Amino acid sequence: MTVRIKEWPGTALSSKDFETGRVLTVHHKPKAEYRWDAGVAIGRYLRELKEGRLIARRCNACGRILLPPRMFCEECFVPTSEWVFVKDTGTVNTFSICHVRWDMVRLKDPQLPAVINVDGASPGMGILHLLGEVRPEDVRVGMRVQAVWKSPEEREGAITDIKYWKPI
Amino acid sequence: MGKVAVVGAGMTKFVRRAQETGRELAWQAARMALDSAGMTLKDVDAVVIGSAPDAFDGVHMKGEYLADGSGGWRKPTMRNFVGGATGVFAPIQGWYHIASGQFDTVLVVCEEKMSSCHPHPQGAFLTIFDHTTERPLGPNLLWIFAIEMNRYMTVHGITKEEIALVAVKNKRNAMDHPCAQLGEELTVEDVLNSEIMAWPVNRLDVSPASDGAAAVVMCAEHVAKRVTDKPVWVEGVGWHLDTAYWTNRDLYYPRYVEYAARMAYDMAGIKEPRKEINIVEPYDPFDYKELHHLEGLLLCERGEAPRLTADGVTQRDGDLPVCPSGGLLGVGNPIAAAGLMKVCEIFWQLRGEAGKRQVPGTPKRGLAQAWGDLMQVGAVIILGR
Repeated sequence: MTVRIKEWPGTALSSKDFETGRVLTVHHKPKAEYRWDAGVAIGRYLRELKEGRLIARRCNACGRILLPPRMFCEECFVPTSEWVFVKDTGTVNTFSICHVRWDMVRLKDPQLPAVINVDGASPGMGILHLLGEVRPEDVRVGMRVQAVWKSPEEREGAITDIKYWKPI
Repeated sequence: MGKVAVVGAGMTKFVRRAQETGRELAWQAARMALDSAGMTLKDVDAVVIGSAPDAFDGVHMKGEYLADGSGGWRKPTMRNFVGGATGVFAPIQGWYHIASGQFDTVLVVCEEKMSSCHPHPQGAFLTIFDHTTERPLGPNLLWIFAIEMNRYMTVHGITKEEIALVAVKNKRNAMDHPCAQLGEELTVEDVLNSEIMAWPVNRLDVSPASDGAAAVVMCAEHVAKRVTDKPVWVEGVGWHLDTAYWTNRDLYYPRYVEYAARMAYDMAGIKEPRKEINIVEPYDPFDYKELHHLEGLLLCERGEAPRLTADGVTQRDGDLPVCPSGGLLGVGNPIAAAGLMKVCEIFWQLRGEAGKRQVPGTPKRGLAQAWGDLMQVGAVIILGR
């Protein structure tokens, strides 16, 4: 019972405890590699990215145009019906100005991740991507943007075939 | 379904890096919970262990690894992992073990030792993003929170100042918690002037990485009546999973919380949560998340939580105390243990044993909530006396 406990367990360590060898540790760096199959729906999505196009799937049961595409509609639980090309323009739904890497190292130039609602997909069907050719302080929710593609020779069938999205 | 009570609770200090191993931390919390219920491991029929990703520890099936410290060897023992929601889902699992009639007494233990993961435990979360459509963009975990916080602020016209009040409140509340890692007296300016990480998120908007453990003892009605004259009853539970296509939903509102809350309210027979819930421990790994979750819990209108905070309603002596423990922002965030810490807090508050943190009046009913993964998993438990 919280009021009756006088000494709570748990011992906080400081960096000095390690420097002086007061506490001992064991270090291990795992090495694991993966090669993920893109699958049916995302496989086609990647092939179209290589062609400089964005493709989605329509579910004729609910009428949604799904992006990223999937071969089954997770809401209707039926196969999706057809491939639909969508535009490479869209609207910034929300964004961040990120100054740190995952390990908290500061970045020289901030990254601008955003959710972009793509024109031609159902409302709210956003994808995660990056913004570019814009000053961070000028980015706004609702801003119209267009994909900036790598050159056809550089494209490899990956989400990064779009370098970033720029304001239009 | 049989009635289920919480009859004991325990926890360790939450610290940046603990000398104790995960098993040692789990044992300390588990033993304290049993002692507080006047029970021993012999009284326990089954064990539930909650612990977040194996990648934190670099240990395969770490629930089983923790099981001796949790009293789980040679017993029916299960580990659950639903991301950040684990710490509130674990007692829900304890509840259905008992409500089903299969067990009379269940020990629920949640542990997290994040400090083992180098150079930063956030590395364990990089695999949360889709490996084909998102990870090549180089995302880190802060992106989704910053992106969600911005959407929430933009839709409702909420300012960073309004949100910072949550960090100030919770870190102050934590000064009264004997296990707290980051209790301190701060101002809104301190939060706004702290290092910017991923706008709109600054350093002091975020809870810390922590090591720690928490535990509760749950039992059937006939056992509860024998072991305590102050049982705290599980009145409602709810859980829910939203889509992993997180960019396909409007992040301004946490539906995963609302559906979990509605399930719990229905079970508890609660029609007007704002009037019938006296004390709340919503999940607050980020300050805006407390506000977001209060709205998802239907404790205020959408976009109204900042005003409740500014008006002092959510202070410990306010009309609806929110995170009287100090929350994850103040007590610390050893993921699974942090969620169960909230359940411990409701237990202690309802029994009038919360010491300096005790909310005034005699709260009859409290709610703890946690969320997990890509803003997907909602878990809600309602306790009452």
